[in-house]
Amino acid sequence: MTGFGGSAVGRRQAIAALGAVAFSLALAGCGSSSDTGTSGETVAAANLDGAIEKPNIKLGFIKLTDMAPLAIAKEKGFFAEEGLNVELEPQANWKVLLDGVIGGQLDGAHMLAGQPLAATIGYGTKADLIAPLSLDLNGNAITLSNKVWAMIEPDLPKEGGKPVHPISASHLKPVVASYKQQGKQFKMGMVFPVSTHNYELRYWLAAGGLNPGFYTNGDVAGTVAADVPLSVTPPPQMPATLEAGTIDGYCVGEPWNQAAVHKKIGVPVITDDEIWHDNPEKVFGLRKDFAEKYPATTAAILRALIKAQQWLDADGGANRAEAVKILSQPNYVGADADVIAASMTGKFTFAPGDTRDAKGFNIFFDKYAGYPFYSDAVWYLTQMRRWGQIADDKTDQWYFDTAKAVYRPDLYLAAAKKLVADGAIPAASVPETDGFRAPQGGFIDGVTYDAKAPNAYLAKFAIGLKQGQRVTASGVSGS
Amino acid sequence: MATAFADLQPDETTPQVTATVPTGAAPVPETAATPAKGKASPVAARIAGMAKALVAPLIGIAAFLALWAVLAPQVDTSLGALPGPVEVAEQGSALYDEWSAAREAKAEFYAQQDASNAAAIAAGNPAGVRDFEYAGPPTFLDQIFTSLKTVALGFVLATLVAVPIGLVCGLSPLVNAAINPLVQIMKPVSPLAWLPIVTMVISAMITSADPLLPKAFVISALVVMLCSLWPTLINTAVGASSIDKDLLNVGRVLRLGWFAKLTRLILPSSLPYIFTGMRLSLGVGWMVLIAAEMLAQNPGLGKFVWDEFQNGSSQSLARIMFAVVVIGFIGFALDRLMMFLQALASKNHTV
Repeated sequence: MTGFGGSAVGRRQAIAALGAVAFSLALAGCGSSSDTGTSGETVAAANLDGAIEKPNIKLGFIKLTDMAPLAIAKEKGFFAEEGLNVELEPQANWKVLLDGVIGGQLDGAHMLAGQPLAATIGYGTKADLIAPLSLDLNGNAITLSNKVWAMIEPDLPKEGGKPVHPISASHLKPVVASYKQQGKQFKMGMVFPVSTHNYELRYWLAAGGLNPGFYTNGDVAGTVAADVPLSVTPPPQMPATLEAGTIDGYCVGEPWNQAAVHKKIGVPVITDDEIWHDNPEKVFGLRKDFAEKYPATTAAILRALIKAQQWLDADGGANRAEAVKILSQPNYVGADADVIAASMTGKFTFAPGDTRDAKGFNIFFDKYAGYPFYSDAVWYLTQMRRWGQIADDKTDQWYFDTAKAVYRPDLYLAAAKKLVADGAIPAASVPETDGFRAPQGGFIDGVTYDAKAPNAYLAKFAIGLKQGQRVTASGVSGS
Repeated sequence: MATAFADLQPDETTPQVTATVPTGAAPVPETAATPAKGKASPVAARIAGMAKALVAPLIGIAAFLALWAVLAPQVDTSLGALPGPVEVAEQGSALYDEWSAAREAKAEFYAQQDASNAAAIAAGNPAGVRDFEYAGPPTFLDQIFTSLKTVALGFVLATLVAVPIGLVCGLSPLVNAAINPLVQIMKPVSPLAWLPIVTMVISAMITSADPLLPKAFVISALVVMLCSLWPTLINTAVGASSIDKDLLNVGRVLRLGWFAKLTRLILPSSLPYIFTGMRLSLGVGWMVLIAAEMLAQNPGLGKFVWDEFQNGSSQSLARIMFAVVVIGFIGFALDRLMMFLQALASKNHTV
């Protein structure tokens, strides 16, 4: 019997080898071109304004209106002006997009500001990514299901029949308590563990006295000690998930809040501009080695994007109507034009019939929106520490060093200054700064943010990890 | 041997039966109709037969369309009412318009590039010559071709792997016993389970910045292969093992070498089985492909469906339904193609 088995194993190995041959046959073709791919590398020492090393570029994006600079740069010919041939590819979700950039299928992408930071510090997939350009300010909102809205709406302070904004999360407290009594959880959705939306939603809930939960070392659920547990859903699926009752509310970028209004399944209660006035949002992210290997290409991409950003904000938003038309194409955002227009043209609809002016809801170019401020990066890092995604205390210097490794105003300035010299953008649109904004107010809880003292900033929060605290599965421990 | 593969036995013994599904679906009103017209000329009888064969499917399709048109508007989704056949057909023509518009844009792009290249050369600036490929979004037709290419690669790989292994299994009960448990366990695994594993392996193996074949394409094709090789493998094994023992004895008497034995005796006699397996494989592969493309971001029909779902516009559902119809028609066409090849193979090699 043993001899019998032995010979079978031998043959099985032979067969496995056969299979492997077929596998490698398929793969050989793919790897073989690597030589031709890297042979152009020797030219790379050229300066930033030299010849484009890699004119054929593929950029990824998620179907959100703040990808507009990419679509506009392509459709209005800004990429072509810079000698680039760019293909834009929608990605299924933020994880797929990140893997695409890290794996090299994508040369760069419309990214969450937290993604290059998290990748660089090794939270999630570790990779050296950089953010040489910020794509926009604001652009998100928090939406509650109709059911929850009906529960809180009667108690809201009103003025002229309409609720007074900003609406605090403290109004949710009785709802959360009644859910608890019924043995249910009040759940909300956001788009990615390191997304702006996650931090904004957490900020809003915590400012209203509700704990959104902490992350233990290495996990991505982030629901330890949570009053309101959060979960991840890709942006385009948010309305469907809300409608299915899996979540009671969500924080997402446009057009997915207006889509909820349009489909009458939810009510946006607050925009992120009201949580943190003029907060930095998406960035353009790419691999560090790509920028080093193809400096002129990187500069050309940045120039095209800056021109597109200027186009989007030109003449007080005169081009926005055309932008809406472009974004509504099925290969870009693809939602109905009126849904996209609902947030892109200076208005924002909360409850049906409650449309308000929201001039700064989407800022792409004004207010130095494109400049990648170190202080923005530091803010995201402080929030990662506040909620336990960064497990241990870090020194102030660590925050500065990490921000400087990822946010690259040097690359932004090189591109912007050439545009200024060419007369394409006004000199006043490029800030003179050391990369740190002056201490910022404008937060819903009234806390002032000074990027030069991150640890002191963290100590100001009532809900959030303090110096020396760690999160375990059973709760927060430490001094 | 035979018991090991008993689950697929019916298919092999009657490969032709499954082919007649559409006509088989016809009801049997013959008892009433045939006696009356039985005495008509043979030509009229033939026409009547054809009409009968055609009428039933047409009635079925018409009934389905009518039901769809009536019931669909009653389902109210968050993207509006479920589209009926008319809306779906409209989106089909809209997709065609998009394709023609994209073709014009492409032609314009190349014309412009040629013009600027000519200008650059005339200006004595050969460095300014650009040879870009049009980087517009893939149209629906492009997506169909990508899908077909992906399934073709996966199917060819599956066949290349499955047929040799199947032959060895069929000829050696020992190897068969060794491999059979693995086959039985791997066979029911869903493409969605394979995908993360294949993705990680491929990402690790293709490290070139500019690979010959896009990673997503290879990933989808390999998932198709992994899911579709089992029917071919099993059928080939059955075919090879059920060869007439007399034939083998004749081969022994003639002192045929193993290669001659393989090409003259075993392959011809198992060919009908192999083709039956391949036909099943292709069907499985086409089904798997859509799921794989949805997740692997390979620009094919699956990605089209997923992107439209993510768009969530008022036309999205109708476009997705149109894609479903197209997927069905292509799957049907592929099946017919394999059936034709199978018929050829069995005709030439009846043992």
